Amino acid sequence: MELNDPRAPAGPDAALREGFVSPNWVTTRLDDLVNWSRANSLWPMAFGTACCAIEFMATAASRFDLARFGMERVAYSPRQADVLICAGRLPFKLAPVIRRVWDQMPQPKWCISMGACASTGGIFDNYAMVQGIDTIVPVDVYVPGCPPRPEGLLYGILMLQKKIKRESVFDPSLRVEQLADQRGLYLEPAAVDEVSEPFGNSVHQTRSA
Amino acid sequence: MTGAAAENPTVPSLRARFGAAVRRSAVVVDDTIVHVEAARSHEILAWLRDDPGQRYDYLVDVTAVEYRDRELPLEVVYQLRSLPRNAFLRVKIDLPKDGPFEVDSVVDLWSGANWLEREVWDMFGVRFRGHPDLRRILMWENYSEGHPLRKDFPLRGRFSRSEQVRRALGADLDAHYSLEELSIADAYDELPADVRERLAVRRETGR
Amino acid sequence: MAERRVLELALATPGVDAAGQPTRVPLVAAAPEGAEPELQTDHMLINIGPQHPATHGVLRLVVELDGEVVVRVIPHIGYLHSGFEKLGEYRHYNQIIPLTDRTDYLSAPANNVAFALAAERLMGIEITPRCTVLRVIACELSRIISHLVWAGTTAIDIGAFTVFLWMFQERERVYNLIEEWTGARLTTTLTRVGGLMADVPDGWTGRLREWCTRFPKTLDEVDRMLLRNGIWLGRTQDVGVMTAAEAIDYSLSGPMLRASGVAFDVRKDHPYLGYETYDFEVPVGEHGDVYDRYLVRMEEMRQSVRILLQALDRLPDGPINAADPRVILPSKRRLMSDMESMIHHFKQVMEGVPAPVGEVYFPVENPKGELGTYLVSDGSAKPVRWRIRPPSFLNIAALPKMAEGHLLSDLIAINASVDIVMGEIDR
Repeated sequence: MELNDPRAPAGPDAALREGFVSPNWVTTRLDDLVNWSRANSLWPMAFGTACCAIEFMATAASRFDLARFGMERVAYSPRQADVLICAGRLPFKLAPVIRRVWDQMPQPKWCISMGACASTGGIFDNYAMVQGIDTIVPVDVYVPGCPPRPEGLLYGILMLQKKIKRESVFDPSLRVEQLADQRGLYLEPAAVDEVSEPFGNSVHQTRSA
Repeated sequence: MTGAAAENPTVPSLRARFGAAVRRSAVVVDDTIVHVEAARSHEILAWLRDDPGQRYDYLVDVTAVEYRDRELPLEVVYQLRSLPRNAFLRVKIDLPKDGPFEVDSVVDLWSGANWLEREVWDMFGVRFRGHPDLRRILMWENYSEGHPLRKDFPLRGRFSRSEQVRRALGADLDAHYSLEELSIADAYDELPADVRERLAVRRETGR
Repeated sequence: MAERRVLELALATPGVDAAGQPTRVPLVAAAPEGAEPELQTDHMLINIGPQHPATHGVLRLVVELDGEVVVRVIPHIGYLHSGFEKLGEYRHYNQIIPLTDRTDYLSAPANNVAFALAAERLMGIEITPRCTVLRVIACELSRIISHLVWAGTTAIDIGAFTVFLWMFQERERVYNLIEEWTGARLTTTLTRVGGLMADVPDGWTGRLREWCTRFPKTLDEVDRMLLRNGIWLGRTQDVGVMTAAEAIDYSLSGPMLRASGVAFDVRKDHPYLGYETYDFEVPVGEHGDVYDRYLVRMEEMRQSVRILLQALDRLPDGPINAADPRVILPSKRRLMSDMESMIHHFKQVMEGVPAPVGEVYFPVENPKGELGTYLVSDGSAKPVRWRIRPPSFLNIAALPKMAEGHLLSDLIAINASVDIVMGEIDR
């Protein structure tokens, strides 16, 4: 399928793809430096909606203290944020809002889906709830829980830091901006059926019929 | 509400005043419920609020109930409380399924009814005649799957998940402004007197 | 309706007037107008939210501004609409209890209790004395933790960041207690129809009592910081005033209603859980501004501690679940050893407990206001209609009335003083 394939060279970085440099001592040292600085100063965009937002606030407060992970400065403007933490359930009415906030964040950016509702829709399998924000924005780390304990969120943040430390500045595919068109990030029902052959899609939630 | 199983004395007074417009009454789990005719509901509710012997000055809730038995009518439920008399009454209006779902709005009686009636419109599709701004409140304005709390509305909605995501992402965020908001600047002259007074006082005294 | 009870402040330090009230700081007059008469001005239409730290959840305010003055504000809600009431129609009564946690997530045990009380009244179940007192403890602890969040977030909106950290630290201490009891910090699912999920562990009452003796000192610290702070007074006095008549007209409830001078508290006027046997005061304000709401909520926290200590003193021994096999599951030991209990457990979990045909409206005094649960049953195990009468929904509907004519920063302070939780408003 050719919909928003992240492996295809796209955007202004396409030219870089041509002259891709294989890793050597200089690039890996540079990567280490850049990744270390990015991972240890992630400025979270706290997109807090419901109960998980309270646990996020508790994580940021004195007992669990996000500041020791470099996340002291919670960015309330998406223009200055690194990681979007979607804490709480996301109804359909809020979906275009989180998409717009995500689009407003400059690269490099990551996303943590905090809680069961943000990850999969949680206990709200009904007409109003988005069944997982990964249908709207690309997610890097999912933190399960309802709500996850602050230690759980911190573990998720540490996982994200580990993920960032494995990245490379010289890999432009990591920073491809997937612009939202009307179809967002999900697949057409026909594509879903194709992907779920031969076992079929037992849940049939994305069928149009 | 405090364990008294007797009928609320309002009901005989209502019957005496309005006669056949008071359809039936019952005491269910210690609460008095009275069903009234839709045509005179506004008059009855106004009397309940204003009559010195009743004084139901506090509107607790406005909601609606649809039963699983399709034959039963849709009920619009008003929960009223009298603060001075410490009394409680539930007033219901039956809307038969084959008729229009319309009742008179009580926003002019209790200002708290404004948003409550908007929610009943959003969730059940009951129109309130005379409501100043009847538009959806919990779902977005051009939500087209229907009225969610109706019994014929499926739990997961009418459209497939991918269609719901597509419609949600396709929503124009700025379109959520109501017509009232878009014409706000033009409507300055039509602001209510107390707001304009407050603005004038603020200009003079700075507080 | 009970007579008005005037709030009395016992302050050891000066700064109060002869009546014992904190002296009200006069606001500074604005600069004279007409500096540039030929300047053409327009009204600005700005959008606050739904993603904004100061709106206490996903509330969207469309504000028309004349400079800094709010000419009109229109709140838009529904950004957290989760279809609770629809879900409730597809769940058994005990399966709805976890849903109630997620509506007012700042005071989850109180929501659990509210729903369980409504279901029990509908089904005609009597709860045991120990369960009654434990539920009072749960409700008052919820009141305290909700007001702690309110105090912290209001202070941080107005600029006092330290209070936020102190309040959350206290909340962590209560979380420890709640977690020992229920296993969860936030979404507790504490009650079951006819009883509770579990009894309190050993030594828990001692730890709660110890916390109750230390907690008022934190409140005193907050009062030292805010009560007569010139900035706090300037930001909160005469801001967002609702008169008593307006408060009744707009169906406000809880501290919003009482700060406006209406002495209505469901615990006093329609008592439940034996509240009529506890000795406590309900603070009632006078001016109906943000400062009075602050005073009312701070005093409510102190009164809750008073109730907690009385409840701890009178906590009787005995079972926590009603002796009604229709609703209460058999104990694990019996379940694992005899067939009848196994079948009983199976039927109850798979089919649920049917409620008789009828309906009930049960109001409780939640920290945010009057939380009403309206349940309609058609004789099956799933309700026909589960309506949550949310206090914050009605309280925030009055925001335009309170905020129009004030400055933009006052709008933020007023919004904070309403103490909303979007989970309850949008359900």
